[in-house]
Amino acid sequence: MSGDIFVVFEHLRGQIADISYIMLAAARDLAQTTGGEVIGVLLGHNAQDIVSHVAADRVLYGDHPALADFNPEGYANTLSGLIQAEGPRAVFFGSTSIGADIAGVLSARLGLPLVGSCIQIGEGNIISKICGGKIMVETVLADDDTTLITMIPGGYKPAQGQSETPPTATPFEVSIDSLRISLKQYIEPEAGDVDISSEKVLIAIGRGIQTADNIELAQELAELLGGAVCASRPVVDQGWLPATRLVGKSGKSVKPKLYLALGISGAPEHVEGMADAEMVVAINMDPNAPIFNVATYGAEIDLFDLIDPLIEKLEAAA
Amino acid sequence: MTNIVVFAKLVPDLVEELEIADNGIALDMEWLRLIINEFDNHAVEQALILKERTGGEVTVIAPQAEGVDEMLYTIAAKGADRVMMLKGDFEAGVNNHALARAFATTVQTYQPDLILTGVQANDDLDGAVGPLIAEYLGMPYIGYISGVSMAGDKLSAQKEYPGGLIAEMEVALPAVLGIQAGEEPPRYVAISKVRQMMKTATIDEYDVAELNTSGGVTANRMYAPEVSERAEMLAGDEDEVATRLVEIFKEAGLV
Amino acid sequence: MAANSISRSPSFTQEFYQSLFKVIDGENIKTCLQCANCSGVCPFGHVMDFPPGRMISWLRAGIFDEVIKADSVWMCVSCYACVEVCPKNIPLTPGLMTRAKEELLLAGNIPTELQSALEFSQRYGNPLGESPRKRADWAKGLETEVPIMRKLNRPVDVLWFVGDYASYHPRVQQTTRAFFKVLTALGVDFAILGPEESSDGDSQRMAGERGLFEMLAEKNAKVFEKYEFGEIITTDPHAYNAIKNEYPTLGIEYPVRHYTEFLVERIDDIKALFKGNGEMRITYHDPCYLGRANGIYDAPRELLEAIPGVELVEMPHSRTTSLCCGGGGGGMWLDGFQWEKAHVRLSDWRVKEAVDTEASILAVACPYEPPRFEDSVKTVAGAEKLIVKDIIELLAEAI
Ligand SMILES: Cc1cc2nc3c(=O)[nH]c(=O)nc-3n(C[C@H](O)[C@H](O)[C@H](O)COP(=O)(O)OP(=O)(O)OC[C@H]3O[C@@H](n4cnc5c(N)ncnc54)[C@H](O)[C@@H]3O)c2cc1C
Ligand code: SF4
Ligand code: SF4
Repeated sequence: MSGDIFVVFEHLRGQIADISYIMLAAARDLAQTTGGEVIGVLLGHNAQDIVSHVAADRVLYGDHPALADFNPEGYANTLSGLIQAEGPRAVFFGSTSIGADIAGVLSARLGLPLVGSCIQIGEGNIISKICGGKIMVETVLADDDTTLITMIPGGYKPAQGQSETPPTATPFEVSIDSLRISLKQYIEPEAGDVDISSEKVLIAIGRGIQTADNIELAQELAELLGGAVCASRPVVDQGWLPATRLVGKSGKSVKPKLYLALGISGAPEHVEGMADAEMVVAINMDPNAPIFNVATYGAEIDLFDLIDPLIEKLEAAA
Repeated sequence: MTNIVVFAKLVPDLVEELEIADNGIALDMEWLRLIINEFDNHAVEQALILKERTGGEVTVIAPQAEGVDEMLYTIAAKGADRVMMLKGDFEAGVNNHALARAFATTVQTYQPDLILTGVQANDDLDGAVGPLIAEYLGMPYIGYISGVSMAGDKLSAQKEYPGGLIAEMEVALPAVLGIQAGEEPPRYVAISKVRQMMKTATIDEYDVAELNTSGGVTANRMYAPEVSERAEMLAGDEDEVATRLVEIFKEAGLV
Repeated sequence: MAANSISRSPSFTQEFYQSLFKVIDGENIKTCLQCANCSGVCPFGHVMDFPPGRMISWLRAGIFDEVIKADSVWMCVSCYACVEVCPKNIPLTPGLMTRAKEELLLAGNIPTELQSALEFSQRYGNPLGESPRKRADWAKGLETEVPIMRKLNRPVDVLWFVGDYASYHPRVQQTTRAFFKVLTALGVDFAILGPEESSDGDSQRMAGERGLFEMLAEKNAKVFEKYEFGEIITTDPHAYNAIKNEYPTLGIEYPVRHYTEFLVERIDDIKALFKGNGEMRITYHDPCYLGRANGIYDAPRELLEAIPGVELVEMPHSRTTSLCCGGGGGGMWLDGFQWEKAHVRLSDWRVKEAVDTEASILAVACPYEPPRFEDSVKTVAGAEKLIVKDIIELLAEAI
């Protein structure tokens, strides 16, 4: 067994997913203890261009028409041969709709240990975050087996896994027999109203937004951060936003990575729907507003003063 | 007739504070309240919807744990045809690899056409249970499913990708699916019906003699991350706050 | 083998109609005059496809399908206004409307908000989804420790049944702490159950979940049995109604009083504690489950009038004609559903009436009310200055 660390790249319809970079950053940390290379594994068809920015020492590229789109079975079969042949010290998968479909299959098929929900590599150990973030667990690599790891975002920034110099890509042989799973078609998300419960970023507005016209400001922020606008009850009551945007007891429960609450007091009926957000930033002029009790960051400031400079600085950062 | 089997398990209820056991590598069971894994609850709902739509029989199998009877009676009251408990010592150090092996052995007698389970659970430390079950049974697996339709020995499933994109995938039966969301939210069942079930239904039992946990991992250490009671307040005028926020968003990989 | 599949559509059949006769005074339904008093007085009558009167007429005629399709029973806030005006003494609230909700619920057809409140009640023993272990957390940080039965380990005169919202809702916790202050000031020998207490279950029952109500009642009964106490008191009219009128039908019998009855008996002791507090113009809202459901109208008023400097004024709807705050019968857990249908909140109407009396304080005596009315105060034009207070808070402030 080598000290090399594999990272199985994730991509969807020609776009590499950020989790790939995050895994590379983690793999780099891990390689410091194992002393091997960080090797990207790309499965696809005519896909070599998408790995031009990965910070890997080299890339193994398996090209096959049956791998043009993600197919759990095609991926698992291809990777199981590769892992057996190469014997890496560890393999990273995303804990995602792609990686999580195959890591377990490979663990069972090859009899390899699997560590899930890894958020960071510590000093020689793997740190996982489970139970909705309430519990952290430390594990170590198996001594004499390849350890499979699924990765969740949060511990690394994608930029840490990026590089300006494209790595060399070495093709490897792929043979795929008939598969029991096949992709029929992609269905685009319905245009029209967004499902706030699956958004990563939510700009939440409350009574403090004052008028319907001001919602545009929140909308602008949402677009810059790649999210959607949601609201507390008074905003929905006024008919300024549809009921599908209501967060709370009578509306939806949301778990975004960022919940930016503008002019929301934090009534218990509202908090019930957003307390599980990963990060809550609250902007409120009232220092005693209960929203600050559930927020990660807060600022006691007029939201209308803040929005313009914030939009400016976000535009500059983009 | 389609034979649908659902694997469901109880997981820590996050409404309660979780505490670490004295050995430092497990959750303190004494303080633990258990609740059905929400994704498994969706898997049960999806199974019942399929049964209502295309006929068939629904069997739900769950590992023994405090409160599993109540969970299974509730599922029976919702319309499952058969409920069953895997009996064994699932408390200490059990992992999804062991559960998947135990379930795979048991389920073979039912000759399932379709196995559904939740796509993940909050206490998964060694990956989700679905792909493990599939591989131990030699069946194909697709996860992150939010809709299923069946025609003959083929099944079409809607797989969710980030951003709401859906891939419609076809899979030959028998197969295992990891359910992210049922087509409808889990239904409500009146307590009177559950209580009725407690009197009339039986929970089948299957003894799991030996647990094979290999492939799972053992924790070296478990701890609760520090959480602050109140927001970290950002000082300064709007310009300074805006600058700080952009930094924070960047650190979180949002910009 | 466990059983068969369930049907998702409710069964309003002849059988359902017949079942209505079994409720106390249920036979009266046959004598309905179709006077429409009930539908007229119903606060949500205008948005119901089937307000009570029409429902009776269709059911009597054997037309069940249409009634099934309508989900208007979820607009019913179990306020007893219809019962109050029915000349034929038909048990519309506890009979017809509640039975109809039960039928819908048995079929699994319920709004999601309500579903989670019911699931929470089952799992945690409270509809808010809070940890039962934290049921006494309202007492944290108080100077004197709140006595808890299990720790006290001796008989007490008074078992204080705190109730769900009074235990957990941050706004209502203020009321709870105020009551603690008053009980302590009066030297009452009391204790609470703390984490052993479960929801009284009454609003769940009125929302159609009778089985859940029974389960919760039995849980409370087991705990009541463990301890010795003279009587139960509570600040929650819903809990009061449950323990007084419903628990006995399950064989759970304990003397119970609402805090207003309990305190009015000690009015002289309380008066002795009062300090001058300035002038206050107060109007009082009769909670449905204190007033119409249990006929307690005077005790709250006597308490208010005992406070020095208080001038009590009445709203047009008072006593038997009081307007529901909208929280009963599951209304606390149907806010979004009811807003979608009605685009009005009953609490807004009530607050408008309170504003018109030119009172500075709207006094209440039920834990559902402060959060609901305070929300309305923010919405209703001209209500900005109105202060919502439970009577107990006013008493606590005056001593
Ligand atoms: C049964 C029931 C169910 C309910 N369900 C829900 C629900 O599902 N969802 C929900 O949201 N609510 C719900 N509510 C209502 C809830 O109780 C609150 O009334 C509501 O959440 C308040 O919304 P808000 O915070 O936007 O408004 P407010 O409480 O009025 O707060 C506005 C905040 O904005 C701040 N502010 C004002 N101007 C500015 C400014 N220029 N810059 C910065 N800050 C400013 C103020 O300081 C204040 O804190 C429910 C209530 C009940 C009784
Ligand atoms: S109880 Fe109240 S809400 Fe229900 S039908 Fe009667 S008047 Fe209407
Ligand atoms: S008030 Fe009584 S008698 Fe009149 S319509 Fe209603 S139920 Fe019938």
